[in-house]
Amino acid sequence: MSAITVRDVWVEYGDQIVLEALNLDIASGSFVTVVGPSGCGKSTFLRMVLGQERPTRGRLLLDGAPLPAEPGPDRGIVFQRYSVFPHLTVLGNVLAGFEFAASPWLGTLFGAARRRAVEASDELITAVGLAAHRDKYPSALSGGMQQRLAIAQALAKNPKVLLLDEPFGALDPGTRAQMHDLLKPLWRQHGMTVIMVTHDLKEAFGLGTRLIAFDKLRHDPQAPGRYGARLTYDLDLTRRRPTPVAPVPRANQDSHSGTSTLPLHPRHST
Amino acid sequence: MRRAMNIAPGRGTRLLLALLPFLLIVCVYALGSADRRAANPDDKLLPPFAEMADTAGRLATEPDRRTGEITLLADTAASLQRLVIGLAVATLIGLALGIALGILPMIDATFGPLVGVLSMIPPMALLPILFIVFGLGELSKVVLIVIGITPFLVRDLAMTVGAIPGEQLVKAQTLGASTWQTVLRVVLPQVLPRLIEALRLSLGPAFLFLISSEAIAADAGLGYRIFLVRRYLAMDVILPYVAWITLIAFVMDLALARLARGAFAWAYDGARRR
Repeated sequence: MSAITVRDVWVEYGDQIVLEALNLDIASGSFVTVVGPSGCGKSTFLRMVLGQERPTRGRLLLDGAPLPAEPGPDRGIVFQRYSVFPHLTVLGNVLAGFEFAASPWLGTLFGAARRRAVEASDELITAVGLAAHRDKYPSALSGGMQQRLAIAQALAKNPKVLLLDEPFGALDPGTRAQMHDLLKPLWRQHGMTVIMVTHDLKEAFGLGTRLIAFDKLRHDPQAPGRYGARLTYDLDLTRRRPTPVAPVPRANQDSHSGTSTLPLHPRHST
Repeated sequence: MRRAMNIAPGRGTRLLLALLPFLLIVCVYALGSADRRAANPDDKLLPPFAEMADTAGRLATEPDRRTGEITLLADTAASLQRLVIGLAVATLIGLALGIALGILPMIDATFGPLVGVLSMIPPMALLPILFIVFGLGELSKVVLIVIGITPFLVRDLAMTVGAIPGEQLVKAQTLGASTWQTVLRVVLPQVLPRLIEALRLSLGPAFLFLISSEAIAADAGLGYRIFLVRRYLAMDVILPYVAWITLIAFVMDLALARLARGAFAWAYDGARRR
């Protein structure tokens, strides 16, 4: 189980409001894609679930319990860059997850325990298609291979939630398609909840079971930080056509009508 | 015409070009020395190479009449002992403090400003205090080297730790690493190559502090010897000693560079132009 509940969450930096009145229920095992313009709080939302940031107001729950205020092994992460350790080989990078858990003082395994961990790591490395590169350092890998490695590394902890922060943003379209083909079966197989921030609408519609969009609905030209982004679209992508999940919270003085203006469909979106 | 910045020498040319300035210096010295000797056969300022080689050979092979030890070896051993102990202690302190400052915000808030201020104290100004507190023996010389280079190492390593992308530290935490495990498995290995680079940069200052302290109060050591024979204008001793000190420093620097590249190959993958 790994359901995430967001209750009336606000994020503010001083005077600047980043996210306001955020309410969400993410079912266990969903693949949620998060879209929105730059600076609309997508990454802030992700960092909040990760534990790197705390909401100014409101509550974040993982399976009914408050989210720990620091990153932990129950939530894996793949960043766009710098996700893997440059001083460890492919094997070492994946092995690290097993070693941290089993060896509190040295962070290193020896003998039979190491052999078992190496076997488990090799399995993951093979699953992401890096078997031929297991003894290379990340600097010798292409961008796509580094992201594969980052995914294998995160899967080593079997996290409840996998967070992806524009993981394929720096990859070429061909490699990106390969990564999609890789990610979807892994998600099904591990049964974890995935939250993926992306700029690519096609990717967001193609991969997710649910899409959420953040945007600023109100804008005060005299005080750009006065209003934060809200949840503007929340779509269920498992139906035949994208269907709104819940009534979208609206700003009071905002007049344009809600969900009927939703022409979003994969074929129109890119 | 290609731009000057695009013209690079080949392998053979590079070697030749590197040797050229050295040969030039030797020639100029030999000419100057011969010139002065021609004017005054007792000249001591620019002794010819043969005379220096003679003196150096004597210092390196014959036991001293008073102490019974071979002067050059005894001096080298005394100096190297001070230098190596000083460098080792400074390295350990620098590594521990640098990583602590770089990774622990509470430690950085508490000691960061202090280190910043302490590193501005000119170490040589502390030498009299060290002599008073630790006496004129080995300890004060070693402490001077430690005080002289530790602040640099601490600050440099703290900055190196600070330059590790935050993503990696978060990643380590999501893999279940504690602070200690993160330091041991993520931070320390990534800091070690820079530690060696910082040590290389510290060799010059370390020798400076060594020779200074030996010049003021010592009974053996490379710095002690050159300042002792200065009274007799014994350039035939001083120049070979300076060359010997330079050679030691150069070899240490080279060894550290080789060590860094050998042990931490991952850190040098096409990262630099040269």
